[in-house]
Amino acid sequence: MEENRNNNKKQDNKSKINRRDLLKGLATVPVFGAFAYGVWRKKKLDHYRSHKLSKELNMSPTPVAEAKLIWDGEPMRIGIIGYGIRGTQLMKGAGFIHPDEMQEWKDGAATNSSDRRYNEYKEQDDLNVVVNGVCDLFDLRTKRAQEAAANVNREAHGGTPGKEPKIYTDYRELLKADDIDAVIVATPDHWHAKITIDAAHAGKHVYCEKGFTRTLEEVFAIRDAVKETGIVFQLGHQGRQTESYIKAREAIEKGLVGDINLVEVCTNRNSPNGAWVYDIDPKGNENTIDWKQFEEPCEVKHPFSAERFFRWRCWWDYGTGLSGDLLTHEYDAINQIIKMGIPETAISSGGVYFFENEKHFVNEVREVPDVWNAVFEYPDKNFSMLYSATLANNRDRGKVIMGHDGHMELGNNLSVYACGESTRYKDKIESGLIDPDVPIYSYIPGRKDVDAVASPTEQYFAGRGLLYTYRGGKRVDTTHLHIKEWIECIRENKKPSCNIDRAFEEGISAAMATISYKENRMITWDKDKEEVS
Amino acid sequence: MDINQSQTKFQQWALVILRVAIGWQLLYEGIVKLLNPNWSSVGYLMDSKGIFAGLFHAMAGNPDVLRVVDFMNVWGLVIVGAALILGLFTRVAIYGGIALLSLYCLSHPALLNVRYAIPSEGSYMWINKNLIEIIALLVVLVFPTWYTIGIDRFIFKNKVEN
Repeated sequence: MEENRNNNKKQDNKSKINRRDLLKGLATVPVFGAFAYGVWRKKKLDHYRSHKLSKELNMSPTPVAEAKLIWDGEPMRIGIIGYGIRGTQLMKGAGFIHPDEMQEWKDGAATNSSDRRYNEYKEQDDLNVVVNGVCDLFDLRTKRAQEAAANVNREAHGGTPGKEPKIYTDYRELLKADDIDAVIVATPDHWHAKITIDAAHAGKHVYCEKGFTRTLEEVFAIRDAVKETGIVFQLGHQGRQTESYIKAREAIEKGLVGDINLVEVCTNRNSPNGAWVYDIDPKGNENTIDWKQFEEPCEVKHPFSAERFFRWRCWWDYGTGLSGDLLTHEYDAINQIIKMGIPETAISSGGVYFFENEKHFVNEVREVPDVWNAVFEYPDKNFSMLYSATLANNRDRGKVIMGHDGHMELGNNLSVYACGESTRYKDKIESGLIDPDVPIYSYIPGRKDVDAVASPTEQYFAGRGLLYTYRGGKRVDTTHLHIKEWIECIRENKKPSCNIDRAFEEGISAAMATISYKENRMITWDKDKEEVS
Repeated sequence: MDINQSQTKFQQWALVILRVAIGWQLLYEGIVKLLNPNWSSVGYLMDSKGIFAGLFHAMAGNPDVLRVVDFMNVWGLVIVGAALILGLFTRVAIYGGIALLSLYCLSHPALLNVRYAIPSEGSYMWINKNLIEIIALLVVLVFPTWYTIGIDRFIFKNKVEN
């Protein structure tokens, strides 16, 4: 009886939903109430923070727009003077890659789906330029430059090349050519002034690679020639095109960090390549290299030296080491953001501490330091700028602009933090709206994209915005954008971002730091007389 | 179910709380991603280590695949989390949860001497919290509390005991 009753009860339970069923079946539903309340609180707090903060900071919400280059007229006719490491990169930026490299990228894309260099290069804007002349002092390089310039369809091996440009063994002949409107100068630094001045007088527009010059006098001479002739001049600081730097300028103008008192910039590398102890091409010899022309601007002539030719950045005769090569990138990045110009004083020190001669050089003695620090003072603007570099350790120390109200960390990304003792943000820090450990403003260009940069050096540059930036979420080579801007300015008769005035500021500042190191004293700039003492 | 009948009420509620807690955690992970328009799994995938790293890197490298992975991950977390809390199609949700967590384990295995970009809040050797969550889901699976506490009680009536 009892068993029957129980069975009937069970049957009843299964056929209809009673109160007990409802309570048990829906017992966990109220959990959603608590969950939804939590999510609502979080959303409200997030919204309040971002709304209040964006109102307080007043930063524009739009990303940096991509400049469209529309030119259906005649192609710009360019010549390349110097086709070493940097000249090769500049030619790529202009749209001319050597088929060997394109093949390497094509193979890379075939074996690694995250290697997008091949497709990205194919998508790079066509600047509507032709290369009509190439010049280098090393025969093999001129030949390669010619092959790259003829690769008009950006193809790997087996493509259909276009017309080959003329090879010039002396840049003066190239400057005389009627079929060249503008030149890219990517020679060692000791040739920059002479070639740029001659090009300006020949009426050719100039894109000149940094370091601007080797000496102080050359800075003035180039400025005079460019201003006198009215050519369009662009100095090769491709960091000018970095999206985060452009946003950083807006953040500084809107006073996000308050009054700036200290700027810290650094270079950190740790490889022979990073210290300019490049490989020596075994085919480079007195028959294949025009050594006499290479040394032409030097006061003291040296016998042929493949080491000096391929590793020229290590000697004062041809360059200025960390000063012109790497301080200038950092200086120009900051100059584009805070427009501080030439410092009142400069002092620097350092030495050759790691890349000593017996370890890294065969016949020559390295002159330029591998560890070097410079301090620029701006008393009229109430801040100091420190540059610190080592070529024997690659710990990334970043780029920081410090103000009374906060600091800004810069790279490809931009982060602004409030200072715990800030006056401007005091109330908001106390109310909990601002946490000094969390950025009050961040800018991460193309954040949904993937980086597939290859070598550590490439990564080093990418981290500093020297290699790639993002426009409209698309990864773009900053060198390409910088050349594009220059070409656009020539066509529209405008001033490029790193024009002769910015180049002058960079050149004088770097020269002051170089002189300070060489003469072991503080160097002063008189801005009214435009004199260094 | 015999296994449920032999449980005390405390044991049964403890298992329900475990189920709901896992659901809560997965649901919130999904909701946070859903609310952030800039969220993408790309960084996580690129940070993958171990023998399957190549596969996860390839997923990150292909924008079309990445879109599918992002969508499946976010909605997978939301649906699995909500289902575990409600006790709705719970068995399927558990399998889904185990599948998602297994992918996290395979992409970020707690190997010796492997360091990930996202700092870990603890120290793990082979067993990490994702793996423990998988094991916890297995425990939830073998004690089907949803026939008693959960909407499945109405759907799978023939399995309901009390």
